[in-house]
Amino acid sequence: MTAMDAYNFAYLDEETKRMIRRALLKAVAIPGYQVPFASREMPMPYGWGTGGVQVTAACLMADDVLKVIDQGADDTTNAVSIRRFFQRTADVAVTEETEAATIIQTRHRIPEAALREGQIMVFQVPIPEPLRFLEPRETETRRMHALADYGLMQVKLYEDIARHGEIATAYAYPVRVEGRYVMDPSPIPKFDNPKLNDSPALMLFGAGREQRIYALPPYTQVESLDFDDHPFVASKADHACDICGATESYLDEVITDDQGGRMFVCSDTAFCRSRQGDAA
Amino acid sequence: MYVAVKGGERAIENAHAWLAEERRGDPTVSELSIAQIREQMTLAVNRVMAEGSLYDPDLAALAIKQARGDLIEAIFLIRAYRTTLPRLAGSNPVDTGAMVVSRRVSATFKDAPGGQILGPTFDYTHRLLDFALMAEGEAPPAAPTAPADPVAVPHILGFLDRDGLIEAATPSDLTPPDLTREPLELPADRALRLQSLTRGDEGFVLGLAYSTQRGYARNHAFVGELRIGTVAVEVDIPELGFAVEIGEIELTECETVNQFKGSKTEPAQFTRGYGLTFGQTERKAISMALVDRALRWRELGEDFTGAPAQDEEFVLSHCDNIQATGFLEHIKLPHYVDFQAELELIRSVRAAAFSQMEAAE
Amino acid sequence: MNPLFTVRDLEKRYGTRIGCTDVSFDLWPGEVMGIVGESGSGKSTLLSCLAGHMPPDRGEVHFDGRDVLAMSEPERRFLARTEWAFVHQNPRDGLRMAVSAGGNVGERLMAVGARHYGDIRETATDWLGRVEIAADRIDDRPSAFSGGMQQRLQIARNLVTGPRLVFMDEPTGGLDVSVQARLLDLLRGLVRRLGLSAIIVTHDLAVVRLLADRLMVMKGGRVVETGLTDQVLDDPQHPYTQLLVSSVLQV
Repeated sequence: MTAMDAYNFAYLDEETKRMIRRALLKAVAIPGYQVPFASREMPMPYGWGTGGVQVTAACLMADDVLKVIDQGADDTTNAVSIRRFFQRTADVAVTEETEAATIIQTRHRIPEAALREGQIMVFQVPIPEPLRFLEPRETETRRMHALADYGLMQVKLYEDIARHGEIATAYAYPVRVEGRYVMDPSPIPKFDNPKLNDSPALMLFGAGREQRIYALPPYTQVESLDFDDHPFVASKADHACDICGATESYLDEVITDDQGGRMFVCSDTAFCRSRQGDAA
Repeated sequence: MYVAVKGGERAIENAHAWLAEERRGDPTVSELSIAQIREQMTLAVNRVMAEGSLYDPDLAALAIKQARGDLIEAIFLIRAYRTTLPRLAGSNPVDTGAMVVSRRVSATFKDAPGGQILGPTFDYTHRLLDFALMAEGEAPPAAPTAPADPVAVPHILGFLDRDGLIEAATPSDLTPPDLTREPLELPADRALRLQSLTRGDEGFVLGLAYSTQRGYARNHAFVGELRIGTVAVEVDIPELGFAVEIGEIELTECETVNQFKGSKTEPAQFTRGYGLTFGQTERKAISMALVDRALRWRELGEDFTGAPAQDEEFVLSHCDNIQATGFLEHIKLPHYVDFQAELELIRSVRAAAFSQMEAAE
Repeated sequence: MNPLFTVRDLEKRYGTRIGCTDVSFDLWPGEVMGIVGESGSGKSTLLSCLAGHMPPDRGEVHFDGRDVLAMSEPERRFLARTEWAFVHQNPRDGLRMAVSAGGNVGERLMAVGARHYGDIRETATDWLGRVEIAADRIDDRPSAFSGGMQQRLQIARNLVTGPRLVFMDEPTGGLDVSVQARLLDLLRGLVRRLGLSAIIVTHDLAVVRLLADRLMVMKGGRVVETGLTDQVLDDPQHPYTQLLVSSVLQV
């Protein structure tokens, strides 16, 4: 189908957007609480960002500037695909610069550049339920959230330390929001967890297949679960970026030959490029 | 000097171009028309309509063509299209009792008013490859016909119902919930379960139904009646004050008669399972009826034996092939960041273990 | 002194059948009450209603002056993991089999806010010691334990938060006789040392003889006799109690 004219602005019809916005408002009102919403079938597969795409579609206005990243990079295939989708269906301006964007849809990362007030981060979420792998039943996990019955979550962290000497969760590291709901921050590396806390930007999370939306309003208190004597550490590879020399950014490890050669580069490609520009 | 991988955009464009070429195949072989698929791949079209939840044979045929014959991909195309359609009205419940049947069989009664009608079935064919079809020959000779029999074809379970031998199926005027407009919330009522099953993956529902037959929540099903045919779809027009027929659709309906329940105080009665699907899709309709019956254990006072087919959360959360295939295939997407985090973790855990071992030596 | 736990006119029916009816009693701080009767006597139904696992149809239950039946679900659950404890007959029902012994004991601590790994582990080690489980088994899963060890682990997991009232459902059922004796001995020591109040349901008169201060004998969903344990066992008044006692003596 070439004629996207047949579709509404940003693909979704206005009724659907209204339904999603209602869910978003509820989510913002109860930070960290998973709001069920009637996720629509999107023209991309479930698990490929349909939740994030629906949230972005419901938030987009004609004068928005959109940035889409996957694994921190603007030119990974799925990021390209989603960015093109909104260019075609909403004809919005797009950017690779974090600072210039009004809406940033992401899979698995939060940009390195500090976010500001007025920006919206939209996270693609595969499994919104932080307790899912401890308790497979939705009816039971909803009850655990309702009763703030989170002992089991802490038991999991205890078991990690007992077995491995540290908490063996490297991404999708669970957080507690405003001392109430335990939330899955989506599969971002735990390195990004501190960026959730007290952020000036609005953070929205969409899980299409699981039909859930949740949110962190600006300046929400977000704590990563830990023990007093095994505090949370936002770790990354102990290197500097081999391209821009950054020491404080999250790094991808790239295999360069079959002799064990490897290098480390910023996963946030826009950040890395801006630093190269500065250096030049 | 290493340069971060670029060119996602061009890669995608080239991949799509290649896909289009592969879809067409050898251009010296003539192209399939939508009409050919619609008329000659009818059962594939029916499955795509049933699981795509959209009754439109032409679009289903188009989807099959575009998807290179991958039916789940075709169902996906239909679903994505369907979701954008405006909801103009809800039809009245279709009257399957008034169905113009092309097939109607009962495994419980040798004969019944309306008779047994085999219809266009693979049953009793010998599954031998018909090499004559390889030579693109003439149309087969016309099947013998008889003048239409005006006799009514009442539901067979009605006979059991009249004698109180089967649980009453109480009619309800409640508007059933709409899975495509409301999020699935559990526990689900029977209407919602049936809605989910009718668009569920045929293979998944078949496997579950089969598991009940092999003892995982066995419920002793007989096919009380299986009927396939067309029914009228009517919509109430408030301005007119009456219902208007807007078209007809082909449906498959399966009603099973299952093991009875009863107690000292309640006389024994057979119980029901129900399946209803678009088009001629009888494997699916029968499977659906068996799974429906298994899911009703609580309502019928049976024990939960832990069988998958009894487990509503398990069945409803996993029967949708579009959800399943999307999530399954998303593991092909890049996970560099998560994997990097895991790499660092495992290195750190191993380093700690090694230093402990050294300290112990 | 006020009673810790008060029950008035409790009734539970299953359709027309009586689960238990007309049950009233007071339990005082530090007191252990045994509920005895054969299977089907209503003692397990009664325990489920008392512990809040099942809502009764009629009656009142007060704990420390608080109306238990009027509590919201979160309040009741909080009570169940702080001031109450429940020891199941089958340790599998009361333990997390896929979680280490230390994690099992630590869960209740963490559920009420403990966030210091070292302290949790220290407390868990201490409690494993009190139920005679070696400290080096702390990271083993209960599936690697014998039945008697599993039951002792369940007891440690329940008592670690210092509950005031413990419900026990046939705590020695399903164990070998020699293992039973050791467990009973251990339970008696813990109950006395911690000054716990407890309600123990059992069909085994030897268990109540050793543990209970007071007895309630149930038959057909009703209490047929109550009194001090020694009194009831040595001088049973109700014919059913006489039968129970004599049938044990014959063994």
